[in-house]
Order: sequence, then C-alpha cells, then structure tokens
Amino acid sequence: MTHAEVGSTALWLMLLLGAYHGINPGMGWLFAVALGMQEGKGSAVARALVPIAFGHALAIGSVVLAAAFLGMALPREAIRYPVAALLFGLGIYSLVRHHHPRWVRMQVGFRDLTVWSFLMASAHGAGLMLLPVLLDSSTVEAADQMAGHHHASAAASPLAALLATGVHTTAYLAVTGIVAWAVYGKFGLAILRKAWLNLNLVWAAALVVTGLVTLVM
Amino acid sequence: MYMPLMRPDPTFYPSPGMAMQAPPERLAYVALLNVGKNGKRDAIGVIDLDPSSSEYGRLVGQVDFPRGDNELHHFGWNACSACLCPQAPHPHMERRYLIVPGIGSSRIYILDTKPNPKQPKIVKVIEPEEFIRKTGYTSPHTIHCGQDGVYGSALGSASGDGPGGIFLMDANTFELKGQWEQDRGPQQLAYDFWWHLGHDTMVTSEWGTPNMVKNGVNPELLLGGKYGHKLHIWDLDKRRHLQEIDLGAEQQMVLELRPSHDPNKTYGFVGVVISLKDLSSSIWMWYREDGKNGKWGVRKVIDIPAEPADPEKLPPLLQGFKAVPPLVSDINLSLDDRFLYVSCWGTGEFIQYDVSDPANPNKTGSVHLGGIVRRAAHPTKPRQALNGGPQMVELSRDGKRVYFTNSLYSPWDDQFYPDGVKSWMVKLDADLKGGMRLDEKFFVEFDGLRAHQLRLEGGDASSDSYCYSEAQ
Repeated sequence: MTHAEVGSTALWLMLLLGAYHGINPGMGWLFAVALGMQEGKGSAVARALVPIAFGHALAIGSVVLAAAFLGMALPREAIRYPVAALLFGLGIYSLVRHHHPRWVRMQVGFRDLTVWSFLMASAHGAGLMLLPVLLDSSTVEAADQMAGHHHASAAASPLAALLATGVHTTAYLAVTGIVAWAVYGKFGLAILRKAWLNLNLVWAAALVVTGLVTLVM
Repeated sequence: MYMPLMRPDPTFYPSPGMAMQAPPERLAYVALLNVGKNGKRDAIGVIDLDPSSSEYGRLVGQVDFPRGDNELHHFGWNACSACLCPQAPHPHMERRYLIVPGIGSSRIYILDTKPNPKQPKIVKVIEPEEFIRKTGYTSPHTIHCGQDGVYGSALGSASGDGPGGIFLMDANTFELKGQWEQDRGPQQLAYDFWWHLGHDTMVTSEWGTPNMVKNGVNPELLLGGKYGHKLHIWDLDKRRHLQEIDLGAEQQMVLELRPSHDPNKTYGFVGVVISLKDLSSSIWMWYREDGKNGKWGVRKVIDIPAEPADPEKLPPLLQGFKAVPPLVSDINLSLDDRFLYVSCWGTGEFIQYDVSDPANPNKTGSVHLGGIVRRAAHPTKPRQALNGGPQMVELSRDGKRVYFTNSLYSPWDDQFYPDGVKSWMVKLDADLKGGMRLDEKFFVEFDGLRAHQLRLEGGDASSDSYCYSEAQ
C-alpha cells in the first residue's frame, strides 16, 4: 500500500474528464475518421486510435507523475499555487486567442500520431486539468490515514498517478472510439456542420474553473 | 480580432462533395483596377447575383481604395473549409475578411465583409515597406487560406528580381509571419500555388519576376524562353523543395494551378499561355507517378492551336506571326473534379472540358466573347463589339454557374488590345451533363475600371481546400 492513494470520487472524476477529452474533435477522433476516409477503410480508423490514445496517455501521465514526484519533495502549497496559476492563465489565454500547435501533416505513421496526440493534449492543458483532483487534500489525507502514514504527502503517489492515468485514458479511448465509429460508420461528416459546438470556450472555462478550485481547496 | 462562433461557419464543408450542396451565391466580389491617369482609384466591386433581385447583374457596392497603383490580382478569404482539417481544427472562425494583394504596389488590403456584405470596409492596410521587411518579397499575387493560416505567393524579391515565393500570414491578426520556404532548392520564378492536402504536397508555378513583367511582355525574354516553364513540387509540412518539373523552355508562362479538390487524388491541371513553336496554348496534367512514394510527372492533355489572322487586325506585337494566339490565362475546375473551364483571352473563346478521365479531356462546350480579332458580342448587346476576352473565371460551388471578366494585367492589356480594354463581366449557366450557355440577363459593364479576379459569397471553386475524401 502506497502512502497516498486516490479515492473513488477521484477515480470517477478521472473517468469523466477522460470522456470529456475524448469527445473533443480536436483531441483525436476526427483525425482517426479523416485517416479512415483517406484509406477508405474502417480498420484505418481503429488503427489510428491506438497511437492517439498512447500519445494522450503520455501527455496526461507525464504531468500527473511530475506532480506526484514533486508532491513527495515539496509542501502542497508550493505545488497548488503554481498549478492554479497555470490552469487559470491557460484558460484565460485560450479564451482570448485560440492557439494550437502547428501541424499540417496528413500522411502519418504510428510515431507521428503519438507525437501529434501528445502535443494536442499538452497544449490544451489536458494533464493539468486533472491535477486538482490529485492534489485534493481530503482525498490524499484520507488515504494517508488508512495507510497509517504520519508523514502526509502533498499529492497522490506515483503509483496512484499511474492508476489515474490508466483510468482516464481508458475512458478517453472508449469515448473517442465510439464517436469515431459513429461518425465514420453511421452519421457521416455532415453532422460536424451542425453538432460541432465550440468546445474551445467550454474547455477554456473548464481550465479557469479548475484553476480556481485548486486555489481555494 | 478573433471572434469565435458557437457552431461552425455554415460556409465550411468537410468535403468538396458536401460543398456542392451549398446554397447559391448571392454576391460576387470583383477586383477593379484603375488604369491610366483618369482620377479613378482601385476598388473591390460587389455584384448582385441573386436572380430574384431587382438589381441582378448590377454593381451594387464599391469600396474605393486610397490609391490607384495596386494592380490588384488574386485575392482570397481569411478562412475556408480547410479550418475543418482534423490536425488542428478551428471550425468556429468566420469566412469574413478578404485579403486583397496588389502586385503593382506590394500593398495588401484587408476588407471586412460582415457588417455590410454589399459595402465591405477596409480594416487594415499592410504597406509595401512592411511587406518587404517581413517577407523579403515583392508583388504579392495569390492568396489561399490553409489549415494553419493564410498563404500567399509573391512574384519577386525586394529588388524586383528572383526569387519569388510563398509567405505566411496569421489568419486572426493578419500579421505577416515571413517566408514560408525552409529550402527552395533551384526555384527562382513564382506565380501560383496550391496543394494536395491529403498528400502533404504543395505545387507552385512560374510566370516571371516583377522586373520581367511590369513593362509588358518582353519579346526578347519571351523568344529566349526566359519566362517560367516549370512546376515545383514541395513538402507542404517540411516546407522543402522536392522536385522540379520542366515542361520545356518553349512552353512559356506556366500559370494557374488547379489540383483535384478530392484530397485523396493526386493530379491537377495547369495552363500554359504560349508555345514558342506555334503560338498554341496548352493544358497539362501533373500526377503522382506510382504509389504514394513516387515522383511526380506531367503530360500535355489539351492543345489549343493559334488561329490564322489578317495582320491588319493584329496588334504590332503579333503582326509578324499572322496568327492570334489563344493566350490561355485562367482555368477553373468544378468541385467534383469533373469539368475544367479554360479562358482563351487572345482568341476570345471560353471552353468547357469534361475531365472525368483527366488524361483524356473531352471538349463539351464553347462560347465566344471578345477576342483580339473576333470581337464577339454578348447576346444582350449583339451590335456592340467587345474587346478583351474571357479571363479570370470563377465557378459556383454547385458547378452550375460560371462567371468571368475580361481584363488580364494592365501593361499586357495594352499590348494585346491597344484600343484599351473596356471591361465587362458575364455569367454562363452550365449543364451538369456538359454544355453551357450565356445568361442573357447578366452583362455587367464597368466604367473606366478593369475587372479582374472575382470571388463568390460563401466560397467558390477556387477558394476552399478540403481534408476529407468521400470517394471510396
């Protein structure tokens, strides 16, 4: 048993955030659909989803692991404030300017798609968005007490961070896959013209809100 | 200036096939050039295209520019269907601003069409000093909206010689971001550019440097085969020159590029103005040779011969040849990659080809208007001899309506039509099974200004690029 675990509420939040990231067209499924249309095969959609999910997991994992290791060395306040500032700043920035990594390549292999997915998730603060959950004092303290540790860590342990990444990515992949399959196989891309709500605004708002939550918790 | 929408701009379509379902355009924006010292200024004119309107076929708005020395050419939109591309989609931008470059002045005007579509407003001017400082180029020529911003071509370097090339502009702020090329290889001359988005490939063509074209066609350069005769293939992502394709030095001025709209296909068409061998014009098809790692090749698919003519009826430049060259100056491809339209500015012929089999085009329609010798009239005014000829052509997204104007480039207008091009714009109705005819209710005449390129409200057949292929 590690000295800080994530509770079940936190796991549910991870699932929800994974689903939320998965439904965003800019986060993976749309690229998979485009590649399917390029090859004219549904299998190309499925094949693309593997590196896309892998890249997303790398982006999430690197952020939550970094926070976990920092949490072992630093007091919680030293992590909490910079994370809040980053989330808040990124949220405000994306409200003012919609900025994303430059990527024009369409002919992509496994590595390209992994890098692409990693870049898109990182640039949109996907990993950062999970940190408030893993920094939540009640979650961490409860787990600490159960483990009988007297030295409380500032964040969830590295193992717990990996678990959180796994749960998040599973939910992300499930939703991305379902949407990609539905659009490629059933509805067709015309649905984009009507149903593609401006998630950037919602996303930016989510960043700002999580930033504020991190600040006051 | 970033004003996001909650739903995608309704003029953006994932695929060319879906764009063909778009509603008919109601307005056209036309570049109007001031020529000579007549006190007039350059302008963008707005033409009413709505057949149910009482002002159908009339100039209903006009934005005068502060100056008259711009030689406006191929302007474009800030955003288009390429915003839906999957790698970094931004579908909530608006197709709203026209980016209007002047090859004469190296100035770029940004027009906002939203507050009043019939009376756009100039919202920004990029002065030549800034254009040259930030891009190293002069004479910006063609604008295309891309996945990651606005792309433009420019004819020359700061000195007015080569190399010309491609520059980038931020689609939100309209800040110039500099030269596009990482490695231009042997490329020196520039003109048009476009791409195969599904294959990360850019294609560029060649006319001449500003110094080679600004005083009209230079017969010495032309007969020496010095104008452009090559295509260049580039890696669109890495911005590197990959391949040079020479059509042969006798093929002078390789201009308008029309790649297949379907992002999966790997061919396109380019028009050549004149062959030194027999004054003919030609259309060439470029294509990827074998599979996706192959080189690109080119072959001539359409030959349009010169027509014998009485030297008395020819301008001094052509009298010695006793023939009128077709001078193919513009081409346009329907969104289903099925019909290719070709303007023969010299002979005054406008031709429709069925290019379903791109290597073997089939002539399906022809209309005569103007022409150096023919001076063919419009059915609306059958006794009025027209000069100039079919030139900048634009096609509606559904492929049913074709529009063209008659002015080419003022120094060249005067060489081929020394009596002074009187400018007009016409419309044709195209039959989707092949064939076309002039709309007798649509004949716009411009007083003192010369009409050049036009863009249709909501997009047209040369304004948008697509990332999704429906052809399986």
